Amino acid sequence: MAKITIDKLRHSYSPNPTGPDDYALKEIDLDWTDGGAYALLGPSGCGKSTLLNIISGLLTPSEGRVLFDGKDVTNLPPDQRNIAQVFQFPVIYDTMTVYDNLAFPLRNRGVDSARIDARVMEIATMLELEDRLATRASNLTPDNKQKISMGRGLVRDDVNVVMFDEPLTVIDPALKWKLRSKLKELHQKIAVTMIYVTHDQTEALTFADQVVVMQDGVIVQIGSPVELFERPQHTFVGHFIGSPGMNILPCEVVDGGATFQGQKIALEGKVVKTGQTTEIGIRPEYVRLSDSGIPATVRKAADIGRHTVVEMMTGGVAINAITDAAPPEPGTEVRLSFDPDQTRVYSDGWIATEVAK
Amino acid sequence: MKTENQKAWLFVLPVLALVAFNALIPLMTVVNYSVQETFGNNLFFWQGLDWFENILRSDRFHAALGRQVMFTAIILAIEIPLGVMIALAMPRSGPWVSVCLVLMALPLLIPWNVVGAMWNIFTLPDIGLLGYFMNNVLGVDYNMTQSPTAAWVTIIVMDVWHWTSLVVLLAYAGLISIPEPYYQAAKIDGASNWSVFRYIQLPKMKRVLTIAILLRFMDSFNIYTEVFVLTGGGPGNSTTLLSIDLVKVALGQFDLGNAAAMSLVYFAFTLLVSWLFYTIMMRDEE
Amino acid sequence: MKRRAWIPIIYILFLMVPIYWLVVMSLKTTNEILGGFSLFPQELTFDSYRIIFSDPTWYWGYINSISYVTLNTVISLAAALPAAYAFSRYRFMGDKHLFFWLLTNRMAPAVVFALPFFQLYSAVGLFDTYLAVALAHCLFNIPLSVWILEGFMSSVPKELDETAYVDGYSFPMFFVKIFLPSIKAGVGVAAFFCFMFSWVELLLAKTLTAIYAKPIAAVMTRTASSAGYELGLLAAAGVLTIIPGAIVIYFVRNYIARGFAMGRV
Repeated sequence: MAKITIDKLRHSYSPNPTGPDDYALKEIDLDWTDGGAYALLGPSGCGKSTLLNIISGLLTPSEGRVLFDGKDVTNLPPDQRNIAQVFQFPVIYDTMTVYDNLAFPLRNRGVDSARIDARVMEIATMLELEDRLATRASNLTPDNKQKISMGRGLVRDDVNVVMFDEPLTVIDPALKWKLRSKLKELHQKIAVTMIYVTHDQTEALTFADQVVVMQDGVIVQIGSPVELFERPQHTFVGHFIGSPGMNILPCEVVDGGATFQGQKIALEGKVVKTGQTTEIGIRPEYVRLSDSGIPATVRKAADIGRHTVVEMMTGGVAINAITDAAPPEPGTEVRLSFDPDQTRVYSDGWIATEVAK
Repeated sequence: MKTENQKAWLFVLPVLALVAFNALIPLMTVVNYSVQETFGNNLFFWQGLDWFENILRSDRFHAALGRQVMFTAIILAIEIPLGVMIALAMPRSGPWVSVCLVLMALPLLIPWNVVGAMWNIFTLPDIGLLGYFMNNVLGVDYNMTQSPTAAWVTIIVMDVWHWTSLVVLLAYAGLISIPEPYYQAAKIDGASNWSVFRYIQLPKMKRVLTIAILLRFMDSFNIYTEVFVLTGGGPGNSTTLLSIDLVKVALGQFDLGNAAAMSLVYFAFTLLVSWLFYTIMMRDEE
Repeated sequence: MKRRAWIPIIYILFLMVPIYWLVVMSLKTTNEILGGFSLFPQELTFDSYRIIFSDPTWYWGYINSISYVTLNTVISLAAALPAAYAFSRYRFMGDKHLFFWLLTNRMAPAVVFALPFFQLYSAVGLFDTYLAVALAHCLFNIPLSVWILEGFMSSVPKELDETAYVDGYSFPMFFVKIFLPSIKAGVGVAAFFCFMFSWVELLLAKTLTAIYAKPIAAVMTRTASSAGYELGLLAAAGVLTIIPGAIVIYFVRNYIARGFAMGRV
């Protein structure tokens, strides 16, 4: 188990990158402490799998270093890094039994058979596969196959980090939840560093203590699920996390305050930065339907269980609000107010307000 | 999932009609010959199973069958591992793959008698490239028309030349269908090259290799044109494989009944071996 | 992987040497061939090719071969397409055993079946026509086409069919306008293999023809035996038989490996 440091990492798939657009990863610096549960979250093509493959050693970065416990492993092949990786589709050795599959990484490293036996039994029990050990792996269901892929990573006790590359893609929704909680449980039991790559916010937020959100090869925010939700550092994070995502409203900044539709909007603090574009970010949870404030027209209301999402238009911009009360009819004119401590200004996408201390 | 639909037979009907027309009618004719004796002039006499009894007891049949089994065994033992080895050494993608495949497929596209003629020209003792090289550069006495060993080596090398590419193409097709994560997982698991071959590549190639072995078995068991053009079955009878022997019996001696019975025996033999092999290889599927 | 690149290279060299020799021989004069050994033609001559292109027996051989091969490819595909569709979309009685049965048609020793083929096609009045050879070659080309096409068709999701019906296409319209274009790689590969096996087969083609449909390969056999040992001519004719195959394979080069991979047993 190890602390993982990513130092000034850049990667390009083209041999002679010319501009920043040629880079799949643009200057990444990260520190992952030992034993944590991390998630790499971002849309398809944001570079998260590239980063994962660089950590596992399947790819060598164009620039920068990868350190395990301060030791440079940038040029080490995957088998010498003591890592484990679970892929999108279950990778199992079809012709072997479940037992042989689990024992495979240990046998390749010349571990003695008594030790192999003990470890395989231990991991199989954890994964609830102990009564399937003699079955041929090809006869298992996809979720059990995926468990074997995990098991092959966990069976080694010298493993530095276990990485998951969207491991639940091919699993049925009902089993997804089960496998995810199994993973969480495993993490608590063996406390090995785990990195979980996904584009699904639910998976990331339920699994990880710390979530790294990526977009276009850049890390936009690192934080706990609560931090990501409560105070997004970037409009992308606000929009990507949450359902529906954060409302983003173009605004004007005057004297450290913001105006939207000609009305001054109370913010969490002073605006300290300005840029090409300035926008107000407010989550639907903190938009209130009230008697005074910004005028809006209701377009429709969608019941999402315990709450109702009200979709509205205000001055040509769409805005959502979440309410517990009975929703207004479509076409109704309403007025909106924003909770000031959850209202922020973003300039060029990045947060621009500061909370006064 | 596929739906149950007996009307699908209508779609298969043209295929069945064409194949049955070509397969069943000639087969019945052969069966008909095999139980009769003819002295020409379309006079046939009922002969019963005598031909079959004769064949199964004849030394000539045993000798031809022995040569045939040896030939097929040797070319399978060379072509299958060699084909797999070449396929493994090919890059998985890149500009050279197409070029390699085109060049490798070339021998498959040459008419079989041209293959025989080409190897004949190639191996002529004094004016053929190989013949000249063996005799005048290496100093090995090499003459197909005199030495059975030379003839055997030549027909085997010719068959390897002609057909290994088929195995390469099939094995390569199996290999490129393996998703990259399998190799990555194996790397992470610390698997050796041998383990990667044994536990990933070989299982994934099983289907295509089954086809390759079946095709090569069946085609080599019926090989005629190339060998006939190259050696004519000689020197002596040393390269008289089954089909060549059959033609000698059927056309050389006009012994149709005997030849028909022989061919049915071979057919049954090929069918049995192929079926056994197919069943064993496919047992684990599904 | 790079380190092992020498294996395919050596193999390809091994494949090319006899072909090289065939080409060299076709460019030598008969005197030079019989006079002794030389790696390159000393007096480059195209006489052999000139003879072939000016003698109707020779060039008609090519036209005949190409005619029945093309005809066979068309017939095989036309029959195999609906059958492959049935195998890939429906389950029906006996479907599982059919592939093996189709495959068994390769196992019969062709030399002995040649005579019954001759009688059969004479009886139906097709002897010495392109159609006879084209139909006879269906015996091994149809099973192969069905196998290849079925693999490609199975990789097209069934939803495509359903969407088309919902959009109001009739079955034939859907098959021609939507389904065929989506498996055109498969059709190309199947056509290639039909072409290949029909082109290289000689025994049946020779048996079923006499004058009007005689294939080039059979013309060569005659030359080799009756007109003495004209190696240069024989070599030139051989070189010319390689060319059509080489052209066809060039067009499908990117699909060959895939064609086999997609097929299923």
